[in-house]
Amino acid sequence: MHVIIEIPTAFRRFTDGAPRIDCSAATIADALNELTTRFPNLSRHVRDDQGQIRQFLNIYLNEEDIRFLGGESCAVKEGDRVLLVPSIAGG
Amino acid sequence: MPDLYELRCRECGKSWGNSPCSFCEDCFSPLEVAYDYPALKKIVRRENLAARSFNMWRYSELLPLPEDYLGPNSVGGTPLVASRNLSRQWGLKNLYFKNDAVCFPSLSFKDRVVATALSAARRFGFETVGCSSTGNLANAVAAQAAQQGFDACVLIPADLEPAKILNTAVYGARIVRINGNYDHVNRLCAQIVDRFHWGLVNVNLRPYYSEGSKTHGFEIAEQLGWRLPDNVVVPMAGGSLITKIAKAFRELVTLGWVEPKPVRFFGAQATGCSPISDGVKRNLARFEPQKPSTIARSLAIGNPADGPYAIKLIRESGGWAEDVSDREIVAAVKLLAATEGIFTETAGGVTLGVTKKLLDLGRISRDETTVVCITGNGLKTTDAFTAEFPVTDAIAPNLDAFEALLDQQLKPVGHAAAAPTANQVTPNQVTTVKA
Repeated sequence: MHVIIEIPTAFRRFTDGAPRIDCSAATIADALNELTTRFPNLSRHVRDDQGQIRQFLNIYLNEEDIRFLGGESCAVKEGDRVLLVPSIAGG
Repeated sequence: MPDLYELRCRECGKSWGNSPCSFCEDCFSPLEVAYDYPALKKIVRRENLAARSFNMWRYSELLPLPEDYLGPNSVGGTPLVASRNLSRQWGLKNLYFKNDAVCFPSLSFKDRVVATALSAARRFGFETVGCSSTGNLANAVAAQAAQQGFDACVLIPADLEPAKILNTAVYGARIVRINGNYDHVNRLCAQIVDRFHWGLVNVNLRPYYSEGSKTHGFEIAEQLGWRLPDNVVVPMAGGSLITKIAKAFRELVTLGWVEPKPVRFFGAQATGCSPISDGVKRNLARFEPQKPSTIARSLAIGNPADGPYAIKLIRESGGWAEDVSDREIVAAVKLLAATEGIFTETAGGVTLGVTKKLLDLGRISRDETTVVCITGNGLKTTDAFTAEFPVTDAIAPNLDAFEALLDQQLKPVGHAAAAPTANQVTPNQVTTVKA
């Protein structure tokens, strides 16, 4: 499936300035793997030493937090948008 | 004088100076304001405060404010109310309510955080400020933005209480209702600050904003006679307030303004949105986000930004976290009003209801000093209580009708009735006369 990963400004120094990355993926995990394979410097910011998504990195599939969708194993559909949000604020 | 504070990553410790940013661009973890305490110790003493007004600006040196910043509002300086009736009813020796339901100007503790955030907004040159809000913050941003000449745009979940929407609209703020819960609103706001040069107080200004919460803690210590309590019970939405009260207490110890003392921190949530209390009770390594469903909408944050830090603090302090149902929340609001004369919003019902639960569980000792943090005013959430108080039938304006009503409807009023004077009759006496 073709999905688009939207890159916030703070991450773009790791993606050569690209604001969005087109990926081919079946799951969120696939999409993240393609992202970090293409931009290895982003890898340690996405996953911790145990390989888990970092605690303060929030990942959304379209408008939903992936933790409500079964985590990174959740399937993606053609044209889905994946959003990375560092350290959600609010409160 | 250079700033005696700067932003520092809470995880990797890297310093980032002062800028409108809430996360570390190296490790994407949250930033927090760190202070040069040895320098602060030289420029401010506890004795300096005696000549200052009792509001949050008396602690200015301990806040991330531009040099010589004059806070334009008398924000904070709220009462610490010694319990008269609940303490007796519950068998507590020293029970206090820190009552931010009467905080100026918008009747919640959010006035404190907005006050520090707008000082940062001015410093960084923002003309438009805003926030993602469950209601109280929107009120505070709208009120203070109006006074200080900022344009305001607040984003809220579409189903927010009407009173909280009205209390924002009246100040002229632009209100954007979002079809979604608070966490959806919050995610959108993260994208907005990436696109627009706006100062969203709890997004890109969040490190400065959240420092304002410390003044709630400073005031508690000062009002206890420069002593720390044994226990503090704090409502938790994003989990920031509880960590900032702890930071305030640590700073007072560091500066030598209070004696060091272990303080247990207790967190309160509604069962319908309890990711932090759930994390504490189940001893989770990471909290699990929730879809909120509770009348305590000001606490309805399913993905709390400071959840991990709140859980850590509660555990390390020897405290605990609990949650209460909507029914318990309403009962607790009524109890606080009927016993102490404090009308709090649903969040306050959460805090009081949890306090009772902690007492029943033996988590809080009745011999110790306990402070319960009341953070918002009941006038903002009257919808939640309307069903509790149905409108009564009207009567004719004469004594016969009045006495008939007493006969039909009134039971003897017990706990709060003052002794009647010689000229007064009690409802019982009226009944007796008629009989």
